[in-house]
Amino acid sequence: MSKNNNEYLINRKDNQYEVVIGLEVHAQVTSESKLFSSSSTKFGAEPNTQVSLVDAAFPGMLPVINEFCVKQAIKTGIGLKAKINKRSVFDRKNYFYADLPQGYQISQFKDPIVGEGKVILDLPNGQKEIGIERLHLEQDAGKSIHDIDPQSTLVDLNRSGVALMEIVSKPDLRSPEEVSIYIKKLRSIMRYLGTCDGNMQEGSLRADVNVSVRLKGAKDFGTRCEIKNVNSIKFMQSAIDYEANRQVDLIEDGKNIDQETRLFDTKKNETRSMRSKEDAHDYRYFPDPDLLPLEVSDDFIEKLRTDIPELPDDKKKRFIEQFKLSPYEATILVSDIATANYFEEVVAKMGKNRDVKLAVNWITGELFALLNSKNLEISQSPISAKNLSILINLIKNGTISGKIAKTVFEHMVEGDKDPQKIVQEKGLKQQSDPKALEILIDKIINDNREKAIEYKNGKEKLFGFFVGQAMKASGGKANPQLINEILKKKL
Amino acid sequence: MSEIYKQTLSELVNNIKNKKISSEEITKSYIARSEKSKILNTFVTSNFDEALKQAKNFDKKPNFNLKLPGIPIAVKDLFCTKNVKTTAGSKILNNFIPTYESTVTQNMWNEGAILLGKLNCDEFAMGSSNETSYFGNVQSPVDENLVPGGSSGGSASALAAKLTPVTIGTDTGGSIRQPASFTGTVGLKPTYGSCSRYGIVAFASSLDQAGPMSQNVKDCALLHNVISSYDEKDSTSIDFKRSNYSEQLSKNIKGKKIGIPKEYRVEGMPKEIEDLWQKGINYAKDCGAEIVDISLPHTTYALPTYYIVAPAEASSNLARYDGVKYGFRSKGENLIDMYEKTRSEGFGAEVQRRIMIGTYVLSSGYYDAYYLKAQKVRKLIKSDFDEAYKKVDAILTPSTPSAAFKIGEKKDDPVSMYLNDIFTVPVNLAGLPGISIPAGHDSKGYPLGLQIIGKAFDEQNILDIAYAMEEKINFKNKITDWWIK
Repeated sequence: MSKNNNEYLINRKDNQYEVVIGLEVHAQVTSESKLFSSSSTKFGAEPNTQVSLVDAAFPGMLPVINEFCVKQAIKTGIGLKAKINKRSVFDRKNYFYADLPQGYQISQFKDPIVGEGKVILDLPNGQKEIGIERLHLEQDAGKSIHDIDPQSTLVDLNRSGVALMEIVSKPDLRSPEEVSIYIKKLRSIMRYLGTCDGNMQEGSLRADVNVSVRLKGAKDFGTRCEIKNVNSIKFMQSAIDYEANRQVDLIEDGKNIDQETRLFDTKKNETRSMRSKEDAHDYRYFPDPDLLPLEVSDDFIEKLRTDIPELPDDKKKRFIEQFKLSPYEATILVSDIATANYFEEVVAKMGKNRDVKLAVNWITGELFALLNSKNLEISQSPISAKNLSILINLIKNGTISGKIAKTVFEHMVEGDKDPQKIVQEKGLKQQSDPKALEILIDKIINDNREKAIEYKNGKEKLFGFFVGQAMKASGGKANPQLINEILKKKL
Repeated sequence: MSEIYKQTLSELVNNIKNKKISSEEITKSYIARSEKSKILNTFVTSNFDEALKQAKNFDKKPNFNLKLPGIPIAVKDLFCTKNVKTTAGSKILNNFIPTYESTVTQNMWNEGAILLGKLNCDEFAMGSSNETSYFGNVQSPVDENLVPGGSSGGSASALAAKLTPVTIGTDTGGSIRQPASFTGTVGLKPTYGSCSRYGIVAFASSLDQAGPMSQNVKDCALLHNVISSYDEKDSTSIDFKRSNYSEQLSKNIKGKKIGIPKEYRVEGMPKEIEDLWQKGINYAKDCGAEIVDISLPHTTYALPTYYIVAPAEASSNLARYDGVKYGFRSKGENLIDMYEKTRSEGFGAEVQRRIMIGTYVLSSGYYDAYYLKAQKVRKLIKSDFDEAYKKVDAILTPSTPSAAFKIGEKKDDPVSMYLNDIFTVPVNLAGLPGISIPAGHDSKGYPLGLQIIGKAFDEQNILDIAYAMEEKINFKNKITDWWIK
């Protein structure tokens, strides 16, 4: 396998294969209530406590569309720079399963609410546009639980009827890495919009992954396999890696690839056939006669458009222009809206004589490391943007050194303390009085006469030794720049 | 004052308001007669004890401002009634007790009516003779071993036998109008969207409508006032200005243009139906209406279209009866086996036939040829009516191509059974209101009905025409109480 030039290619003998991937992402709409009923959508409730008569498909019960979910889907469509269809139709997708109470899923088949759009990926070697085929609204099914009772399958209908957006990409993705970046970007956009929380552990974001391979440079697509319901980016990457290699091996062996639906076994790290094309369900889609076609006016859409916040791509552009950030730095900061907001707050609180680069370094360095180690989101940061901005200013105006700042930072974690107070209380203020430092250095040179002579005789390495001694003698508080200057003069 | 059960709804309401009779007396009268009429097999579930209790409660604190003050009414067993078993005439729901109330019945209780019981019907409203019910066929009070029509056969039979002063049915392809016609009663299929479908066991969602059934047009208007309402719980419910149908009811139809569609003169139509129709035309003229010949060119495709659209929707609507959540369940080796056994044992033959037809016409490879084409034809049928209504105010046709037939006579011939709906299904496909009024008898003395079809939301107009013609026709039902020994 070669990854030169960021290309993901599979090599076999003389052949190089390219992988073609398309994603059907199922994103749970952020909404208090379900798509067609007023039941709560809260995660983690006792089984079957959030089920209305509609969700459990009692006789004579009828779906009524939740307008908020429609708005969420349209907003997402706007975020994907997509065409919003003023008229869309809900269809029934018919199949029998114990956790599908109606015996059909209400979905959108021929006329989805959102049409073609795009997502821009920031790749190491530049940007790439991934086409969006469509976005449609549909109901989630309930959950079948097979491992509690040895004899029976238990069914939890809390999820039944929860609104999902199915976002279908064009087959524009070419590597597991691109898939990872695509999912993260999609999630970022939806989090900016507040339309999906993107929580993969809770199943709010999952995907069906379509994979095919072809010789590099070939025009036609190979036969694709669909890997169903993968619920983490890591698993998506492993599944694609496995599946692409499996398909290449089949081709190299002169065998055919069967178009089929496959499952990813997360324990064995392999995909397995679930059903072939011949066994594919005939879902007998037809327009749901309980629901009229969904019609939205231009006004309705335009009003939502004015609600759209600045999205990652625009924010990134602005950060680069306004703060002179590198594209790389800007990408990191805008990937999560909470991070971007935190950054902007720090910068705003730093005042006129601000050092934005320093702020970026501290946020992406110390703060990220802290959050990582404590497994916290930036919204839960133990250090407020205000106090971090004060800390950075203390470095910038020379009150403390970068090294001391790290000590102060550690103290700040406890109860979000004001760094100025910490510096004062612990006496960590940087020593920048040249006279005091000269006295200190004189003493060190005196105490280490032999080494001073060696230095003078050309052993320049020893300069570091003297700096170290001076820092040590000052308890780390000496202004390193001044130390350097004085030492050079005295030695 | 005549015997209580013989009174019309309007008479009962007046008498109760004038304190001439009590709700308890009325309720007792119907219960007593129902007890003597078990042979008709109209009730699937009676609610007599509870009804009496409610009647006594009403009498203690009567509210005479209500439209149906203390009036006991039995309803088709397709309406979900809170805490009262609701079967849809099917084994698969034979143990189902809803925790909720349909909007239409709730509207009735809100106006003071009392639930007398649940009336037999064809299984899931699929049938034209009430012979597909899991709870057995219903006898027509018109004659022994005669079908009352269907699917609202229990409703029509109970109404004609005077076991309930009025009733409600549902009409997907003629299920109110055809049994009304067979039993000499009045039945209105309202405009689609006029009555909420919330809480009604669904057969074919785009066609189903609840409607009133009564002894006369005035009662029909009165009950329709009560049951028709806009309902947010039904997305297909329509928020239009409903008139006060009974108060505005008028016999003055002078100058109204009534269309006679030539395509309804079907091949092999019995002469007595043709004569009835001509009689109806003459009555309409007598009332001052103007008769206009019209054409509804796609009429001949209505029945096949209906028998694609309705089963398609039904096959999906009935998927929820799978033994998992409620209703009948058969034991199986695994999930699929349980489904197969539950649905094979729980559904009757006619329901299974329609599920299979519906599943077939929606299957990939057949969808375009059947379902999609049927939807296109449905549009053409609707535009036929739109065209016609540029020239006329209403349309007059026979309600059915024949009078009632004997029990078992057409049971093994589904196509001949389906032909019963030939004059009624176009109305459902177009979403229009239609009313059947009794207009005569066939040679055997069985009732025959005429249908008046209106423009969408124009119930008032067809009620007026029916009201005017009713007077001229002066129909007398020849029911002899043969079943009361």
